Amino acid sequence: MSNGNLLEINNLTVSVDDREILHNLNLSVKPGETAVIFGPNGGGKTTLLMSIMGFPRYRVIGGSIKFKEQDITHMPVDERARLGVGISFQRPPVVRGVKMRDMVLACLRRDDKEAERIVDELAQKSHMSNFLGRNINAGFSGGETKRSEMLQLLAQGPDLALLDEPESGVDLENISLIGQLINEVLGKIHPIRERSRSGLIISHTGHILDYVNARTGYVLCGGQIICDGDPHDILNTIKDKGYQECVVCLKK
Amino acid sequence: MLEEIKSCREKAISARDKKAASGDDVDLDKYESHAAQAPQNNTIASISSDIKQAALSTGVMLDDQSQRSGTFVQIDNRPMHSAAAQEGIEVMATSEALAKYAWMKDYLWKAVDVDTDKFTAHTELNQADGYFMRALPGVKTTYPVQACLYMSRSRAVQDVHNIIIAEEGSELHIITGCSAAEREPGVHLGISEFFIKRGAKVTFTMIHSWSPDVEVRPRTCAIIEQDGLFMSNYVIMRPVRSLQSNPTAYCVGKNATVRFNSVIVATPGSKIDIGSRAILSAKGAKTEMIARTISTGGEIISRGYIEASELETKGHLECRGLILGEQGIIHAIPEIKGCRAGVDLSHEAAVGKIAEEEVEYLMARGLSRDEATAAIIRGFLKVDIQGLPPMLNAEMQKAVKQSEADLF
Ligand SMILES: Nc1ncnc2c1ncn2[C@@H]1O[C@H](COP(=O)(O)OP(=O)(O)OP(=O)(O)O)[C@@H](O)[C@H]1O
Ligand SMILES: [Mg+2]
Repeated sequence: MSNGNLLEINNLTVSVDDREILHNLNLSVKPGETAVIFGPNGGGKTTLLMSIMGFPRYRVIGGSIKFKEQDITHMPVDERARLGVGISFQRPPVVRGVKMRDMVLACLRRDDKEAERIVDELAQKSHMSNFLGRNINAGFSGGETKRSEMLQLLAQGPDLALLDEPESGVDLENISLIGQLINEVLGKIHPIRERSRSGLIISHTGHILDYVNARTGYVLCGGQIICDGDPHDILNTIKDKGYQECVVCLKK
Repeated sequence: MLEEIKSCREKAISARDKKAASGDDVDLDKYESHAAQAPQNNTIASISSDIKQAALSTGVMLDDQSQRSGTFVQIDNRPMHSAAAQEGIEVMATSEALAKYAWMKDYLWKAVDVDTDKFTAHTELNQADGYFMRALPGVKTTYPVQACLYMSRSRAVQDVHNIIIAEEGSELHIITGCSAAEREPGVHLGISEFFIKRGAKVTFTMIHSWSPDVEVRPRTCAIIEQDGLFMSNYVIMRPVRSLQSNPTAYCVGKNATVRFNSVIVATPGSKIDIGSRAILSAKGAKTEMIARTISTGGEIISRGYIEASELETKGHLECRGLILGEQGIIHAIPEIKGCRAGVDLSHEAAVGKIAEEEVEYLMARGLSRDEATAAIIRGFLKVDIQGLPPMLNAEMQKAVKQSEADLF
């Protein structure tokens, strides 16, 4: 990679249903880097992740997204997934009739004899063994939904994981489990083997920082990245003074 | 008995031109009508491999019957084979049962009215034969009893008249496969009368695989006594020119229960008008009806009717439809009628397309659009049927799976 970035977003402008949400946004992620995105409700965080994943409803009207040095700005969702982008949803839809097991199998993209065994192993790891026979997300509690999303990502094994509030609605006991699962998705458990996996994590509380080693933090507000720095420092500032400070800080 | 026969004939004659309550009319004069032929008891080996193959696609296994408690085969209007393989289970041609049991007059045309319409009249006037199945009191089938109804003649009417009796406390599982020779036009008229006695349980799984020029007009009624259970599972996914059927279950005894599940696919050129009716006239009677319909260009009318007139009756009716492709019509007509306080009836109906959000969700995991769509359709067609023996569930899923291949 010439400039060493796994993901590179330049001047990205995105509209949803004819309303412009992201404005000339710039962001890059290096291989192996994990960054946390903070920002007020409605700031555009989900919109950013959905645009990187490539959902058609999020229309790119300016700028570009590069991944592994390929321009993916207009690439279909499934091709991006197969290229190595993965997402865990803030609020995934219920898919009636599609069983969790079949979904995890599909994420694995292999149908040898090992596949079923791997599914069972990953399900056990994410405490989802009892859910494999259920329809995806149907009647899942908030915390179960998050674990189900992590399980699917574990099976998919993306090079860039986009995690939309993985810890919101998760109880204190399960949060360390989610933290572990994130580390696993990011390949941090086998640091030598899979060092190059990267992550973009949206968080309001920053609890996830206790479990995941993130070096970079961003504040996304009003459709733009208005601040970057050490995620712990950013979190402390927000806790102390709220997002108002970020806006003021920007004006300096 | 002679009196009975005479009055049935007279009623049939009077209804000979009576149009059906719904569905397109069929001009029966355009087809050859044949009176039933005397039953034969041929060996399975003498049945052609084409027919065996067709039967297999409808869940009827003729070569290997080790997993069946009985078998019946009728080709056109002639019963070809009938055999029971379990003590206490009877399988024979209806005409044989009529000769054997004087009490058959208490069942013949006692659930379905002979003068319902021209189709019931036609089967009576042509002395239709069919299968008689009976489980003696307390007897439970270890394996399902199977029936194959096959149409081989071109431009002919197949008339079938079935009588199914589950005596008190018995359990009878039946799988019926109806099929026809490739590309031959014809009409299938099938009367099925079910009698489910006190505490008995009948599951009836029927898989249809016609050819694109066949017109189908079955007439089915079930009478369910106290604590009885009737489960009807119906699958049609292959082309048919037209099909109209609206089976009725009468829950006449306390806590009698009926469940209808159907999986219906209308391909371009197919016209399917199908429904189910439950009349809950005893305390605690219950029904549940679930229909999954897909149009890939054909027309479906999906009906449902529940009528409740006693305390603690409960009914729910669900029709969901997907229109895939540019054309196609799905018309859901759910109806519920409560006739007194203390009934609990509800329905839900939805017709639409596959939710784009769901397709995209699967695509974000790396499935192509086609793979994602197929997975969702497969899920849509997979009705989890409570209480159906696993073997029958597997047959039903197998039939659905085989036909799915034609869908995408
Ligand atoms: N279909 C739409 N039409 C109009 N505005 C929309 C539409 N979808 C999203 N938006 C708006 O885009 C803005 C950004 O939404 P987004 O979901 O990206 O915010 P977020 O930063 O993820 O917020 P939260 O922290 O609450 O999850 C919001 O103001 C939202 O109302
Ligand atoms: Mg959000």
